[in-house]
Amino acid sequence: MGILLNKDSRIMVQGITGKEGSFHATTGMEYGTNVVSGVTPGKGGQTFNETVPIFNTVSEAKEATNPNVSLIFVPPAFAPDAICEAASNEIPLIICITEGIPVNDMVGTIRYVQSKPVRLIGPNCPGAINPTDHCKVGIMPGAIHKPGRVGVVSRSGTLTYEAVHQLTILDIGQSSCVGIGGDPIIGTNYVDILNLYEEDPDTDIIVFIGEIGGTMEQEAAEHIKHHITKPVCSLIVGATAPAGKRMGHAGAIITGSTATAASKVAALKDAGCHIIPTPADIGDVVAKVLANN
Amino acid sequence: MKLHEYQTKQIFKNYRLNVPNSILITDAEQLGDALKAIGDKCVLKCQVHAGGRGKAGGVKLVTNSNEASEYVNTMLMSNLVTHQTDEAGVPITSILVEELTNIKTELYLAMTLDRNNQCPTILASKAGGMEIEEVAESNPEDIIYENINPSVGLQSFQIRNLITKLEIPKESFEEFTHLIKTVVKIFYDIDASLLEINPLVISDDKKVIALDGKVNIEDDAMFRHPDLLELRDRTQEDQLEAEATDLGIAYVNLTGNVGCLVNGAGLAMATLDVTNQAGASPANFLDVGGGADIEKVAKAVSIILSDPKVTKVLVNIFGGILRCDIAADGIVSAYERTGSKLPLVVRMLGTNVDEGQKILRNSGLNVTFAETLSEAASAISKLSG
Repeated sequence: MGILLNKDSRIMVQGITGKEGSFHATTGMEYGTNVVSGVTPGKGGQTFNETVPIFNTVSEAKEATNPNVSLIFVPPAFAPDAICEAASNEIPLIICITEGIPVNDMVGTIRYVQSKPVRLIGPNCPGAINPTDHCKVGIMPGAIHKPGRVGVVSRSGTLTYEAVHQLTILDIGQSSCVGIGGDPIIGTNYVDILNLYEEDPDTDIIVFIGEIGGTMEQEAAEHIKHHITKPVCSLIVGATAPAGKRMGHAGAIITGSTATAASKVAALKDAGCHIIPTPADIGDVVAKVLANN
Repeated sequence: MKLHEYQTKQIFKNYRLNVPNSILITDAEQLGDALKAIGDKCVLKCQVHAGGRGKAGGVKLVTNSNEASEYVNTMLMSNLVTHQTDEAGVPITSILVEELTNIKTELYLAMTLDRNNQCPTILASKAGGMEIEEVAESNPEDIIYENINPSVGLQSFQIRNLITKLEIPKESFEEFTHLIKTVVKIFYDIDASLLEINPLVISDDKKVIALDGKVNIEDDAMFRHPDLLELRDRTQEDQLEAEATDLGIAYVNLTGNVGCLVNGAGLAMATLDVTNQAGASPANFLDVGGGADIEKVAKAVSIILSDPKVTKVLVNIFGGILRCDIAADGIVSAYERTGSKLPLVVRMLGTNVDEGQKILRNSGLNVTFAETLSEAASAISKLSG
């Protein structure tokens, strides 16, 4: 099983002919992902990698190939339009990788998405992967993953890979891994993903990686305390970041006492999470918790 | 991108908001003419990108030209240190000479993103002139919020709420209403991430006046505001950070001596954390980004090497989109260009890791390799330098 993606996932790639889109569509297909169509306005009728039909509109791609996941690589100025196009066609899962979408554009886009029966992951995220079903929808390196029973959720890309790598070298596999994105406004938050892992029969334990900025980690902690029964191992990065400086992610900026790492770790501790003391200890903490259960 | 007070007030003026008359001077010789136009009794305001300016002596009320001239000669071209700057402070390259405003009431008004509600919000308070962070800590109930729903925009009832809670006098209703509508319009027009008027003043004759103004424009939206890019003042930025911004590299200057090269913002933060926890002290946050080529990596490393604080370098690359051999070539190229001899600890993983390590091993650079994050952190803290 795993969450969000499985062997029945049919992927449509919006922006499939661009540099990023074509590269990651290809690596996804090499990993075993079922890419059924691509969308690039003006390139309809062409074929990607000699197998994947390209359409001018999502509507045509949906009609012809019946996708249930959209993966978006469209540049920031046009990404909100691409998200709305996928939502308008009620593609149930929309994963937007694009980094650098203006926040004011996302304010309206997010409300449109919420008015449709769809889920948006991202933007500015690495995507999601289900190693068991060989379904990779995003930019993560597939080879570091291993099928297993740990669910990973994080805001970030390479830090998620770090977590996965630490697990895999200890022979601990993953049921799914999801990066929800580093922007201030994103479609799916930690609580949504935690709920999916809680309900997933193939996930035994959750690795939850947060960072400075905002209060999303505190809300997740409150939710874990009352609604998540599976063990959660949690790490917060940015403990040593200075206040008022944006640490790469648009959302990662300390703007008050609640946005600090210390405040988030305290909330997670209070929620009964197994605290991962440093980013180097992800694998070890999970191994210990697994050994004790 | 931050704007100066005088730039913000020019925008306010263009939108027909009341601001005090003022003249900007960049040279002490311009003071005489400015005082002639504004009056000898005036306020002198140092133009810097840092909060806490007033408390740090960056604003002065003067009553005659001697006093004005003494202040300008002392402050102009010096550095202002506030609680928001580092010890060196920020350079004062211009001073705003502004007429006096008679103040009846001082209010606080701002517009920014409310992350929890995923929309912009107007924040207001009767505690004008105070820093809003302090009000938020001590009296959070004194801050009024009005969220702007993007589907309907600002509604009149929200303005009435503000009028009631801020106790705006009847004679000022019209100007206050115009101000709120205009603030919302400006916020969207220039893609602001913060627009702050502190204090917003009601004068003795009930005029609504923006006595100060602060605007941050969202960096991700700059692509559609080429005109605003001209307002960027590089003298106010950390020079290494400004250079990195030009190259599209996320870089924050810190106080330690370990130069850090990482790909990915989350991993870069994690690298700072483990470095600190191992007893070493990072000189910077640096995310070179996923799509970097040899040249971009080389420029990123050059920025690190040009920082005089840096005595050793920690590289942590998780090769995905960015291949390890590309990163290695970039590092070697930067060392060749700068002639630097600083030692490195390199931790590389993922795509083309063997090629990357080989390039570094054959480069003649002083490289220590590490397998894991904790090994890398411990190696960098033990490395002398």
